[in-house]
Amino acid sequence: MKYELVSGFETHVELATATKIFCGCTTAFGGEPNTHCCPVCTGQPGALPVLNKKAVEFAIRAGLATHCEINTVTHLDRKNYCYPDLPKAYQISQFDKPLCEHGYVELESGKKIRILRIHIEEDAGKLVHERGFTLIDYNRGGVPLIEIVSEPDISSPEEAREYVEKLQLIMRYIGVSDCKMQEGSMRCDVNISLRPEGSEKLGTRTEIKNMNSIAHIEKAMRYEYGRQAEILSGGGKVEQATMRFDETTGETSVMRTKEDAQDYRYFPEPDILTVNIPQSEVDRIKNSLPELPLEKLRRYIDVLHLNAQNARLIYKYKAACDWFEEAVAAGASPKNTLNLIVGTVFSRLDTEEDKEKFDVGISGAQAAELIKLLDGGKINATLAQMTLAKMLETGDGVEKFISAEDMRGMDDGELTRLCKEAIAANPQAVADYKAGKEKAIFALYGYLKRATQGKADVQKATEIIKSLI
Amino acid sequence: MKSVISSLSRLLSSREISSAELTDKYISAIESRNPELNAYVHTTFEEAKKNSAAADKMLKEGGASPLCGIPMTLKDNIATDGLPTTCCSKILQGFKPYYDATVWRKLKACGAVLLGKTNMDEFAMGSTSETSVYGAPSNPRNLQRVTGGSSGGGAAAVCANLAAYALGSDTGGSIRQPAAFCGVVGFKPTYGAVSRYGLIAYGSSLDQIGPITNSVTDAAVVYDAIRGEDEKDMTSCPTEKGKTILTPDVKGLKIGLADEFFDGLDTEIKSAVENAVKKYEKAGAQVMRISIPALKLALPVYYIIACAEASSNLGRYDGIRYGYRAQSYSSVDDMVVKTRTQGFGKEVQKRIMLGTYVLSSGYFDAYYKKACIIRESLRAQLKSAFGTCDVLIAPTAPNTAFVKGYTGGNAIEMYLSDVCTVPVNIGGLPAISLPCGKDKNGLPIGMQIIGDVFEDGKVLSAAYFAEEEKLCELEEVQGGVSL
Repeated sequence: MKYELVSGFETHVELATATKIFCGCTTAFGGEPNTHCCPVCTGQPGALPVLNKKAVEFAIRAGLATHCEINTVTHLDRKNYCYPDLPKAYQISQFDKPLCEHGYVELESGKKIRILRIHIEEDAGKLVHERGFTLIDYNRGGVPLIEIVSEPDISSPEEAREYVEKLQLIMRYIGVSDCKMQEGSMRCDVNISLRPEGSEKLGTRTEIKNMNSIAHIEKAMRYEYGRQAEILSGGGKVEQATMRFDETTGETSVMRTKEDAQDYRYFPEPDILTVNIPQSEVDRIKNSLPELPLEKLRRYIDVLHLNAQNARLIYKYKAACDWFEEAVAAGASPKNTLNLIVGTVFSRLDTEEDKEKFDVGISGAQAAELIKLLDGGKINATLAQMTLAKMLETGDGVEKFISAEDMRGMDDGELTRLCKEAIAANPQAVADYKAGKEKAIFALYGYLKRATQGKADVQKATEIIKSLI
Repeated sequence: MKSVISSLSRLLSSREISSAELTDKYISAIESRNPELNAYVHTTFEEAKKNSAAADKMLKEGGASPLCGIPMTLKDNIATDGLPTTCCSKILQGFKPYYDATVWRKLKACGAVLLGKTNMDEFAMGSTSETSVYGAPSNPRNLQRVTGGSSGGGAAAVCANLAAYALGSDTGGSIRQPAAFCGVVGFKPTYGAVSRYGLIAYGSSLDQIGPITNSVTDAAVVYDAIRGEDEKDMTSCPTEKGKTILTPDVKGLKIGLADEFFDGLDTEIKSAVENAVKKYEKAGAQVMRISIPALKLALPVYYIIACAEASSNLGRYDGIRYGYRAQSYSSVDDMVVKTRTQGFGKEVQKRIMLGTYVLSSGYFDAYYKKACIIRESLRAQLKSAFGTCDVLIAPTAPNTAFVKGYTGGNAIEMYLSDVCTVPVNIGGLPAISLPCGKDKNGLPIGMQIIGDVFEDGKVLSAAYFAEEEKLCELEEVQGGVSL
């Protein structure tokens, strides 16, 4: 029998607020253990939480960007469980009235992965096992999180990858999280069940906890699919369980079964009164949302008629898109601007992080001054690339590198003279060309480029060279 | 009733006595009397000397607060930076917070002098202060009797003049009932009027800090110094601007007597309260008999909500970060279990289990949720009562101070002694307890004046009438600091 995969995700995203969710401590990653702490986030007796308004705002932002409805009257709840990384023995979270509900994340195919709810909560500390001791670092304790719970709408590891990537993109776009899975600022619990193809009824699910890389998610899902399929086709029953994924073996194993499921004894947090959010505040947040990534990509391709492959390279990086749009707004053509970003600017940005930041030294508007020359045929693409590189290097404007004389280009007589020189200096290449090696002509371009500092119009030069040989 | 704070304040500001000298008097009184009273469980004389030196400087500069230089005490569940704060529990043995409760921060800024931390029921759970790990305090008016609880040590210290005033906490009557048992004044402000930051939580939605004093006038002065919104406590609220003005005029004051408070009440207590009400009536107050049926349900609602919150609030005492840790254990889980089993007393364990039970899935709706629904209906009924009445008058407790070690028929009987005080906490209301007579054994009887939320001033003024009228003058307990 063929089985269909049914998967829903619970995704924890750390919010990029400057301070923790219930106290004024910094949320900065790293730091000496237990230095980003105070009586509140270490659960000292008598300390009380004060809800960080920015965290609520960021969560609403995340909700609106995923098309959720916002519960403007809500409250927080205590989730009680005992673990050394949780200093109060309860996590302040939300249970029956999440801040955001009923949204979706759209995939490129147009399929919508529905979002059941998004709620706010605090992160726990971290246990470090060292030389037979367990040490606790509460720096992360109290960092604001949102938990994004999807409906079981994901039907393959590929869709799971896209869902997570799209979520990452959206959260980065709207500035609520950097979603770095390797640093733990985004983590996924993956729920998986199988059902016979065509069946409507959901099977028994397992939950793989704490996945911290997309590659692992795909691997774990494939493994778990295989494991469950084997049980089912052998006539067995999948037991509801929480699983862990072993990165080294690539296998999942049972952490605990339903019988040992914890009773969290949720009840409303008495230290934080009802949270009332004025509709005007929700509207303000809504109006401040940027164009979302998928909308942007579609506009780049459908409205600006950009090359789809290049558009995909840039739309992931919000700052790069902003730079692109600034240049276009200043009059540069979208096509040339995008080509220069992909060809010249990106080659200087090595890491994803650099591309994310897109801290390139000149503004999009400054670049537009150069690109407009290219658009108008005043300079050629090679010169544009070389000049842009210099501008990025120095942070100086275009006027520093291109003179009126440069822009005039080269008259035909001068170009013909240089072509003759090139032919004379490269007899072997000329012979090869004549023998049918089309590419041999490139050697002549190289000569021209050097002699003219890139100003030569390659197309025109080709015509001249061909006529001369 | 004698206004100790105002008298001392006059002596201090006229420089007839320095705060340092006054503090020494209190210290020697405590040294001689505390061994039999056991009101203080930690003395902080070093801190007191520092505080009094600072106060004397402030007094010299002039314009100081009426509390400047006056020695006082805090209940052992109010956090004090670098000073023991143990909730009279083994599980917090040796615990010294590294932060001050907002109330202590405010009082310190006024020039208050901290003599020590006072005895209480473990984690404020009890009505006699006998669940304290340090043993029970004795009632200064009769050493064989309990002080009441849970703020029993504070009431005893004030009653015996071992402190000019005390701060207690009141979750279900823990300020008012010991005040009644010891024959002093205990004031529980409106929920939210005084910051809870630094008050070690028992039932977070019910807990409130308030003063225990020798007079209503003193209560108002202390209340004014500690009240107001605190950015560290989201449940705190702004209170009236300016100081509380006490007016003894009760003409036209509408006093409600709810039948439910008096049904089946001990006759001695009933007549003491009714005699007091007659004095109000004589002075022009309007007395009306009313009924608030949901009062009958207040006790179970209280024990469900308070225990539910406590079971969560006390989860943090696991031996990992502070306080007591079991000596030997085989794993982290084992350490937590052993620490809690050894560190918490019986009553606390009982309430944690009760609270865990009412919150657990399958029982949540039947207990906790139902209690919350009844809480709302009690609040609605109280609100409508305050639509017709300005204040309610009721007994503080259905009994006077128990004999020490009294266990009664069962635990329920002890829980029933809170029946008059818990509705106030469930409603978040302000209420004051003051003496209104004595029983046949010479033990003080307390009466309660209850107001609508944020009508703390009205409650204090109504009580001030009794003070001005000398409704009940109890003899001074000897051996303390006398003026």
